[in-house]
Amino acid sequence: MFGNLTLSALPHEPITVGAGIFMAIAGSSIIGLLFYFKRWRWLWAEWLTSVDHKKIGVMYIILAFVMLLRGFSDAVMMRLQQILSVGDSVGYLPPEHYDQIFTAHGVIMIFFVAMPLMFGLINLAVPLQIGARDVAFPFLNSMSLWLTVFGAMLVNLSLVVGEFAATGWLAYPPLSGIVYSPGVGVDYYIWALQIAGVGSLISGINFFVTILMMRCKGMTLMRMPVFVWTVLASMTLVIISFPILTATLGMLSLDRLLGMHFFTSDFGGNAMMYVNLIWAWGHPEVYILVLPAFGIFSEVVSVFSRKKLFGYTSMIYATVAITFLSFVVWVHHFFTMGAGANVNAFFGIMTMIIAIPTGVKVFNWLFTMFRGRIVFASPMLWMIGFIFTFTIGGMTGVLLSVPAADFQLHNSLFLVAHFHNTIIGGVVFGYFAGITYWFSKIFGFKLNERLGKAAFWHWIVGFFVAFVPLYILGLMGMTRRISHIDESTGWQTLLIVAGIGVVIIGIGVLLQILQMIVSIRDRKHNMDTTGDPWDGRTLEWSTSSPPPFYNFAIIPTVHGRHPFWDTKYGESEQVAPHYEDIEMPSNTPMGLYIAFASVVFGFAIVWHIVWLVVLAFAAILALLIARSLDYNTEYVVKAETIAKIEAKRK
Amino acid sequence: MKEETLNHNSFRPGRESADGEAKAIFGFWVYIMSDTLLFAAIFATHAVLHNNTFDGPSAKELVNMTFVLTETLVLLASSFAFGIASTYAHHHNKKNIVLVWISVTFLLGAAFIGMEMTEFAKLFQEGNSWQRSGFLSGFFTLIGTHGLHVTAGLIWMVSVFAQVLKYGLTDRTIGRISTLGLFWHFLYIVWIFIFTLVYLMGVI
Repeated sequence: MFGNLTLSALPHEPITVGAGIFMAIAGSSIIGLLFYFKRWRWLWAEWLTSVDHKKIGVMYIILAFVMLLRGFSDAVMMRLQQILSVGDSVGYLPPEHYDQIFTAHGVIMIFFVAMPLMFGLINLAVPLQIGARDVAFPFLNSMSLWLTVFGAMLVNLSLVVGEFAATGWLAYPPLSGIVYSPGVGVDYYIWALQIAGVGSLISGINFFVTILMMRCKGMTLMRMPVFVWTVLASMTLVIISFPILTATLGMLSLDRLLGMHFFTSDFGGNAMMYVNLIWAWGHPEVYILVLPAFGIFSEVVSVFSRKKLFGYTSMIYATVAITFLSFVVWVHHFFTMGAGANVNAFFGIMTMIIAIPTGVKVFNWLFTMFRGRIVFASPMLWMIGFIFTFTIGGMTGVLLSVPAADFQLHNSLFLVAHFHNTIIGGVVFGYFAGITYWFSKIFGFKLNERLGKAAFWHWIVGFFVAFVPLYILGLMGMTRRISHIDESTGWQTLLIVAGIGVVIIGIGVLLQILQMIVSIRDRKHNMDTTGDPWDGRTLEWSTSSPPPFYNFAIIPTVHGRHPFWDTKYGESEQVAPHYEDIEMPSNTPMGLYIAFASVVFGFAIVWHIVWLVVLAFAAILALLIARSLDYNTEYVVKAETIAKIEAKRK
Repeated sequence: MKEETLNHNSFRPGRESADGEAKAIFGFWVYIMSDTLLFAAIFATHAVLHNNTFDGPSAKELVNMTFVLTETLVLLASSFAFGIASTYAHHHNKKNIVLVWISVTFLLGAAFIGMEMTEFAKLFQEGNSWQRSGFLSGFFTLIGTHGLHVTAGLIWMVSVFAQVLKYGLTDRTIGRISTLGLFWHFLYIVWIFIFTLVYLMGVI
């Protein structure tokens, strides 16, 4: 009846039981509050079924922050284990649990923190920046969100029902094959990523089409804001690389479910094929994440230096160059495979070449700041912190790109420090800058600057205290993913220092939560009445904060790269507004239903519950067909209604 | 409208739905590009594994070229039939003829899937399942993935048939015929690669 699912799948260890109870309490108290304030209908009608890109963006970011807390707890547990588990002491985590934690940490941070943050910010900003009323496919946008959310839920479910993969975040075979990982952990991993991955692919197509087909009149490609350009590049990477992930995980799944031999160690399987394929997705993935962050920094540095961006054209060419190069470097993740000197030399050189367009970008940002009137608001602090941190991370990356050096540093903590250096210093700082920058646009009030700045200082100081020791430990020979060390290594002191760094970052996270609470409490004092709190240059600042649901009553016409700046400070022709009827997409719960059916499908496959697999699959199919037969997906907003709303806003 | 499909300047504020079909067709093109990459990943795996027969049979011993050629021609005929349906939908607005040719496409597509199932069943009975070797895993998965796409196309075709039957040839239904057509012809192109790389090169 329930396949392999029995009561023994429920947790036994005190830590997992505690986490399960915590999730149950948090979940039921949210449900209780919703009943108490009678907010179900509001939640359903205004949020869960919404196809408004601004609301979808907010929900993505909420998901990212919830999952950030989970991923961060995993980091704290790992640091604590490595500090405690020295010599005779074995620490507090059994190895199989520790292995699940570092796997979950990586998976959650990349797929369910960084990706939702990125898609959240893209949703918030891109349609506004290109002067559009929505995305190309609003329904698919809602479906992508829910696929991502339910993918994340599957990971969280594995904490309570069964186990998670204990293989590392990319689940290399043969370890992840059925012989060495007979449990359900890897299956949870595969299906969580498949479901979220389809969501990401659909979002990629959606924004690609949105940017190419829905720009307002006059906005040629070379007039698009840099953020839009970087998103276009990033979405191109999504479209090209995510199918590879789907195929790769699909083949791993076939190995496990149907006894195929793609990546097994016998019957002619080839495990290194998996490693090649997964990095053919994995390397572009890091650029998928970091390119939009570069875009945000380009917006921020120009606005807060009170200058136009230095070298717009070279910035675009650098972005496109990075997009291309990100596909010809994947072997640098496994130089030790032994592909031979010539292959390694090619990929090493290609990797070094990526530093050139990235360097172009760094100098462009620096020259933008040069002789500018810099305003040290918190987005700008993240920007300056990023320049320092990311440059260091980039330089250690060039070090690692030398195959001979990589043979020493491969899989060491030096590598771990390097990629955290680029991902935290590049991606996370960038998205935090973006959230602070665009927050007032979406909610109508600004975030508290003092707490924001305090959070920034804790993050950056904590970052260096936590990760510089890892560089040193890596050079001393400590490999990654170790749950126990010998006293004679002398690594404990540095591990304690790294642990202190995590505590400092933790204070930064707490300050961010506090910042959110305080800003909501004091929102009356931080109101953004102009719609343009930072003296911005691009179109999103030309509409009110928050924008009406249709974004722009009249679609703007653009004559240059800084349309809003030009209207503000140039002579703008004031004509009496003439409103027309607008067609807007209607809300629909279909995306939510399809994603729910998908997660049931994933869960059923994980536990081999055959009837449920069939049922869920049939449900997905039926829902898709039902949706395609629905011809009433839009409604018309009358010109008079718009005139009324606009009059009220002024 | 069809001539303007890929021209973003044709976008007119307030007339989103008129361009809805254009966006859908362009979006579908992009999806097909990404699906190509999905197939490319499996093709690459097949290329790496095609000699890993683990002392089992190779493609040379398994493939009956006459059968595969017939399969190929059936799918080609199906693609051609859909081409006729599209032409009648776009240029002649003849609902009944369109419906007839969609049915012909469907039958040929179903025949193709039937043949593929027969081939798979035969291999299975001879003890050459996907569990036999890395080569056979790649063989079944590559052809099976294509087969699943064709099956999805067939289900979609039933839905489009019903929509044309109910609503006639409107902007919207013609748009759906266009996207389904893209998908169907794309699957034929993928099959040409399977025919060449898996069957022909396997036999040589």
